[in-house]
Amino acid sequence: MSTPGDDERGEGGRAPADGTASAAAGRPVNGTSLLEVRGLTVHHGQLRALDHVSLRVFPGEVYAIIGANGAGKSTLLRTIAGLHRPTEGSILFDGADVTRTRPERRAIGGIVMVPEGRRLFESLTVEENLQVGATHARSGPWTIEHVYELFTWMKDRRAQRTAQLSGGEQQSVAIGRALVANPRVLLLDELSLGLAPVVVQRIYAMLPQILATGLTVLLVEQDVSQALRVASHLQCLLEGRTTLEGRPSDLTPEQVEVAYFGLRSASAGQGSEALWSGSTTSYRGS
Amino acid sequence: MVWVNDVIQGILIGGLYALFACGLSLMFGVMKVVNLAHGDLAVIGAYIAVGVIAITHIPVLWSFVIVVPLMAVLGYVLQRTVIQASLDRSILTTLLVTFGLSVVIENALLEFVSANSHSLGANNAIITDSFSIGSQITIAYLLLLIFVVAVVVLLGLQFFLYRSNYGRMIRAVADDKEAAQLSGIDYRHVFGIAAAIAFGTVALAGIAYGMYSQFAPTTGTDTILLFAFAAVVIGGLGSLWGTLLGGVVLGVAQAIGAQISGSDEFLAGYLVFLAVLVLRPQGLIARRGAS
Repeated sequence: MSTPGDDERGEGGRAPADGTASAAAGRPVNGTSLLEVRGLTVHHGQLRALDHVSLRVFPGEVYAIIGANGAGKSTLLRTIAGLHRPTEGSILFDGADVTRTRPERRAIGGIVMVPEGRRLFESLTVEENLQVGATHARSGPWTIEHVYELFTWMKDRRAQRTAQLSGGEQQSVAIGRALVANPRVLLLDELSLGLAPVVVQRIYAMLPQILATGLTVLLVEQDVSQALRVASHLQCLLEGRTTLEGRPSDLTPEQVEVAYFGLRSASAGQGSEALWSGSTTSYRGS
Repeated sequence: MVWVNDVIQGILIGGLYALFACGLSLMFGVMKVVNLAHGDLAVIGAYIAVGVIAITHIPVLWSFVIVVPLMAVLGYVLQRTVIQASLDRSILTTLLVTFGLSVVIENALLEFVSANSHSLGANNAIITDSFSIGSQITIAYLLLLIFVVAVVVLLGLQFFLYRSNYGRMIRAVADDKEAAQLSGIDYRHVFGIAAAIAFGTVALAGIAYGMYSQFAPTTGTDTILLFAFAAVVIGGLGSLWGTLLGGVVLGVAQAIGAQISGSDEFLAGYLVFLAVLVLRPQGLIARRGAS
């Protein structure tokens, strides 16, 4: 069984420009990816938030992007959703180039994001939020009724304004609002942000039921253990660059830690050199 | 009894002020556009009515059937082009652009229709007649009609915003246009719809003002815009029924001021306006959902 690093990309400098090579064993490498990002570079003014990041997401996957604050995770997701314009690189959805497509067209096409901080329409009721989400829905299994079945508390409180809900409940409404659009790829941006761990677990526990309806998930998460638990594929960003990529089962906690914090010498110690040289991942020191 | 009459007259004229204000309030509530050309657009509406009546000989009361759709289309187009382009830059740019629009409109009107005053339907009975209650209270049919129109417009807007799909989209976009985009909504189109509605109400306000009083190219900024602002601020920014309340409070203050001394009419209105700004800056009715 091969590991993601078999394709020798550890020489540092360039990020994987060709996403094809990054597919791990067990993934349908020769199949067509549903979402592909090629050499994406995004600037916020002078700041380079993303530096040649590539990824391929295959149908049915839970693809997790982890990284510390400011690593560029949210920028990546927002660029895929169409809210940022990349300075370089391209985004392919179901084989079509959507790099220049407006965000609302991408949403209608099936790339739907649950934004960071939930971003509900706060003067609207729970049900109205879901109705807005369903305005331009594709046809598919998700309806408002179906969302009420997933989150059983929601139906009784559908006439309430979302400002009256707890953080976890708001996050559920935000997920419901995205689901009723019947996305093909669901982008989840920091679901755990500002929520108690127990609430986060309850929300992530819904993921299998959501996946069972046949959609693909690309998520961004600061909470690494949570991401490792749900992900079928993992990619770590550090200062806008990919530092690690692979299946969670193939990665050691040390690898993840170093890729996450970028502490090549500080915490790694002597034994780390062996780890790096023997690394099967696309780690690049900064 | 004199005071009762003043209050009644003030309430009725408040309907006209509410008509002035509701478009301004809607554009600010949805797009955060402070439309400084608002008054001039109302005047354009009135001049279009003059032209439409001259050409088609349609009764003045029915001129809105043509003027309102025309202004609505103008609203959509202006929003999707000039105003959206300025919104994409910054809120301050929008202020400058609408100020520029105002200057352009006034000067274009001076060029094409001259500085002479015009009015609408001066010889129409329903516009000039009134009826009396007792010996002291005289109510003009026109003011009563305008008040009823204002209430109907606000009720219609309320119904549209809270009961229709487009209304829901407008409220969603007003809350968070980026989140609306993520739900597949083209907020620029929704902005255009909101502007079309606002311009439609502006057209009604212009026609109403043209029947109530004489108007000239500068009426837009020296009267309509100021009263609209005062009504919006008194009532509460972004609140529909607040604009009616604001209009009525402004109207009553002016009527009472005029009773005290003829020259105090507008002063009294602006004193109330200032008092509200100082004591209750969110307006008498704070917008639902605003913190």
